[in-house]
Amino acid sequence: MTVMRTRQAVIQALSDELESDPTVFLMGEDIGSGGPFKATEGLIEKFGEERVIDTPISEMAFLGAGVGAAAMGMRPVVEMMFIEFIGVALDQLTTQGAFYRYLSRGAYQVPLTIRAAAGAGMGFGCQHSQILDQWFRGNAGISLVIPSSPQSMYGLLRSAIRSNDPVVVLEHKALYGERGDVITGEAGIIPIGQANVITEGTDLTIVAIGSTVHTAKAAMESQSEWSADIIDLQTLIPWDKATVMKSVAKTGRLVIVEESSYSGGWGSEISSEVVSQLWGKLKAPPHRITSPDAPIPYAQELEKRYLPSPEYVTSQISELLKTGKCPAPWWEGF
Amino acid sequence: MTTSLIRRQALDTELGRLERMLEIRAVEESIQTLYNDGHVRGSTHLANGQEAISVGIASILRPTDVVTCTYRGHATALALGVSPEGVLGEICGRVIGCSGGLGGSMHLMDASVGLMPTFAIVGAGLPVAAGVALAAKLKKNDSVALTIFGDGSTNIGAFHETLNMASIFKLPIVFVIENNLYGEYTRINLSTPISDLADRADSYAMRKEIVDGQDIDAVRASISAAVKYAREGNGPSLIEAKTYRYSGHSRSDPATYRLPGELDEWKKRDPLDIAAAKLISNGTITGQDLEKLKSEIDTRVAKAIETVLASDGPSLEALMQHVSASRK
Repeated sequence: MTVMRTRQAVIQALSDELESDPTVFLMGEDIGSGGPFKATEGLIEKFGEERVIDTPISEMAFLGAGVGAAAMGMRPVVEMMFIEFIGVALDQLTTQGAFYRYLSRGAYQVPLTIRAAAGAGMGFGCQHSQILDQWFRGNAGISLVIPSSPQSMYGLLRSAIRSNDPVVVLEHKALYGERGDVITGEAGIIPIGQANVITEGTDLTIVAIGSTVHTAKAAMESQSEWSADIIDLQTLIPWDKATVMKSVAKTGRLVIVEESSYSGGWGSEISSEVVSQLWGKLKAPPHRITSPDAPIPYAQELEKRYLPSPEYVTSQISELLKTGKCPAPWWEGF
Repeated sequence: MTTSLIRRQALDTELGRLERMLEIRAVEESIQTLYNDGHVRGSTHLANGQEAISVGIASILRPTDVVTCTYRGHATALALGVSPEGVLGEICGRVIGCSGGLGGSMHLMDASVGLMPTFAIVGAGLPVAAGVALAAKLKKNDSVALTIFGDGSTNIGAFHETLNMASIFKLPIVFVIENNLYGEYTRINLSTPISDLADRADSYAMRKEIVDGQDIDAVRASISAAVKYAREGNGPSLIEAKTYRYSGHSRSDPATYRLPGELDEWKKRDPLDIAAAKLISNGTITGQDLEKLKSEIDTRVAKAIETVLASDGPSLEALMQHVSASRK
């Protein structure tokens, strides 16, 4: 076990996969120099320019090249410097790469990993701060993971690279600097599709992913009225239904904490599934705590307010437990 | 050896290439009847008039080379080796189709002869082909990627991004523009400020060539040089094949936008006639042989249609298969 920052866990996972599999290579803008988050630092020196390929600022060309190389048996790891940049290239993943296996009846597969810095809280403004998981949900053929810690970054990224289908890895930029213990090697690999129950409690189940895992933990630690099963979903596509159902069947209450805005959020699907499966066994309606339907603001105080904070989560849960009804979000009435 | 590979080898002779061009024309002409009889859904995009390009390319590439192609892909699929049953079966949504009936006219494929599922989004096949070429380069084998697209694709970002990147990376790839003068329903002079699209290579310091797309021997010479250039590690080429499609953009397009007399002018330089005339003049075949060959092909296509129509549609299980690695 080693203590490392999340960005170092990225480097370690990439390095270990580059070392163990000669078909793995990296491609993206400025990855040779480490990029703005230093998440690929030192790899070009270690593995050379053939396996750590700096590209022109041409997302469509190099994401598509990742799809083509993957179809030829390579395992490309393509970096989008910020997840928003995939907007100019999305066709190559969602319409092309995601469907080759299906269209070719399995003759071609696309073992492609797409890593991208994502998420709010760092003052990057609305075009460099979104989490954008919604762009990939509902698109057959793609998996999506959002690590919350150095360990899950290491373990999920290695699984993504080993997957025989396209996997999007959303790396939360606010977590790159966080430190934690990491088990490296095979023992540190985390399967795609498996949630992690990080605390066990009695009153409710909180489902979170990425940054909101920390929000939920801080909320619980700040009070002593209630205790929760906090589930770090880890993989959003496909999400771990069994773990969520088991927990909610026990606690009878579900709260989902999402970083993305309210409409079309991933929590809707989880909430819907829980209601369908556990109808009659719930003590309260499932409740979603999200960001508002607005672009992410730049000003520090507003950005802080935009994201669900531990204080906000605590007050929402406290009201839910008291009234048995979903409290209104803070933005209602604006 | 697969049927497709055997069919591919048949292109080694001049007569084999003429025969394939005639077959492509016959297959494409049968599609309208199949549509009228209710066997074809959605849209189809014919390439009649462009057969010399497809067959010329297929006769030069190795089966281990990889092709990406647009939704106007019946001719390319047949040329590369897919059988008439494979193409017509796919167009009719039958299990005998080359994508098992799950793809349709716009998504033809055959990995055994290097045809990736054809692309129904304009320009989408270019970046993927660059990735195929990149893989060949990284694996240090001498495979070449070739991507076929229309004049309309030269105005989309993927074209420019990919040409630039392919040039910088010196990728073993050949870009082939089938310039048939119309991007969907729009004549090229209304969408594009230059008439020689190969000139766009200049911006990317790329080797370029303009070729008569109606003359299979000219196409072969041009493709052969570009493929050799790529295979020897010199980098990409952009080839513009000047051609014409006799049909509208898709089945629903009557092509009323054509310039008066334009279609008749182009039909005077029909690629099948040009190839046949050469074979007759060099004594390989007689006019009688040609008629006999055409009639044999008509019979073969009619039989293929019978086989296709006797084939079942894909099963319900097939719909849920191959969605991801865990659903085989």
